[in-house]
Amino acid sequence: MKNLFATRWGIIAVGAVIGVGAALLQYLGNPGNMGICVACFERDIAGAVGLHRASVVQYMRPEIIGFVLGALAAALAFKEFRPRGGSAPIVRFLLGVFAMIGALVFLGCPWRAMLRLSGGDGNAILGIIGLVIGIWIGTLFLKKGYSMTRTQKFPQAAGYVMPAVFLGFFILMLINPQVEGADKSGVLFYSLKGPGAAHAPVLVSLIAGLVIGVLAQRSRFCTMGAFRDLILFRQMHLFSGVVALVLAAWIANLVLGQFHPGFENQPVAHPLHIWNAMGMVLAGLAFALAGGCPGRQLFLSGEGDGDAAVFVIGMIVGAAFSHNFGLASSPAGVGPYGIAAVVVGMVVCIVIGFTMKQPQTGGAK
Amino acid sequence: MSHTVDARGLSCPQPVLMTMDAIKKAKAADMVVLVDTEASRENVGRAVENQGWKVESIATEGETFRLVIRKGAK
Repeated sequence: MKNLFATRWGIIAVGAVIGVGAALLQYLGNPGNMGICVACFERDIAGAVGLHRASVVQYMRPEIIGFVLGALAAALAFKEFRPRGGSAPIVRFLLGVFAMIGALVFLGCPWRAMLRLSGGDGNAILGIIGLVIGIWIGTLFLKKGYSMTRTQKFPQAAGYVMPAVFLGFFILMLINPQVEGADKSGVLFYSLKGPGAAHAPVLVSLIAGLVIGVLAQRSRFCTMGAFRDLILFRQMHLFSGVVALVLAAWIANLVLGQFHPGFENQPVAHPLHIWNAMGMVLAGLAFALAGGCPGRQLFLSGEGDGDAAVFVIGMIVGAAFSHNFGLASSPAGVGPYGIAAVVVGMVVCIVIGFTMKQPQTGGAK
Repeated sequence: MSHTVDARGLSCPQPVLMTMDAIKKAKAADMVVLVDTEASRENVGRAVENQGWKVESIATEGETFRLVIRKGAK
């Protein structure tokens, strides 16, 4: 019954494995300070299937596929596979869209914010400050009774939808492998330059994803939950995992020669402090309202949580909007409509925060 | 048993918030918390112990975990 990974040392070990794993993935070919970035990699997947056509960010990232399938395997092995859903799916979809839009203004999910910090990118500090402010706003709504309403139990088959989709993506990748010098292979798009062209060998990426998927499902690792629980309950449990991730990645980066402190010329980053912070305020608020960081939503999808799956699809669609509409940042700075999108996203999230409440049919009696 | 917190179908942190709220208002020294995921069971257990209460028993009833929690001796 006792789940070793859910103990203090368990979560610290998982954080450390993710940190070292990310540094190694970068060493083996993934983009700079992006050993793992859930938002960036989902954005690359959106590009690989042609939902957006930003030529530098198109790649079917096997890490993401591994996260979902690893979490599925762990959930099945430990009898935690619980197909469920029906908790305000369209609201979660919208939160996913704006979470991605915010993350792409900063250029990274919370995992990458931590990895950027451990690689020496000072701009990450602004992103993390923004993230914490966004999550803090989310906790204010939670204290006021914000609720996504109850989930329902689904038939077994429904829980396999998201794992099947990602397995399908992997099969597509096997059928349409990258061809040297070609930006398209069968139905899949590939990048010839930019972050989308930087990747570790497929098998290494998949195995790393699977291992992290298993560990994170067992430990409930969540970067949003880390700050949320610290703010709401003064509880250090998940936070200690995030600290372990940063320290482990930092040490690994020092060893591998990947630590380059500074604000200018950081890989896949821009030094616009206000928008680094504001992008993550939006993303942090959306994660807090949706109940998990992008990584956690993938692991929950693997456990059969259809609501988390809808959030993930929202993020992938959000990535498409980001690049098609010029909302996403690049090392050259914020996209032409990025600031407008952050403002719209904040309004949408605040309206959701004020209006979503648990109908008074259950709850504490 | 005097008081039941039914947090089934709710995702974290709501089960924890509801339990903490109930503990604050509690007149009795024990209550029942119902959750339906392992993550919620672990989170409620951890939060309860931080409040000086403890989980006395966990029973599995179908898809539901029934936690009996009791105020610890100060």
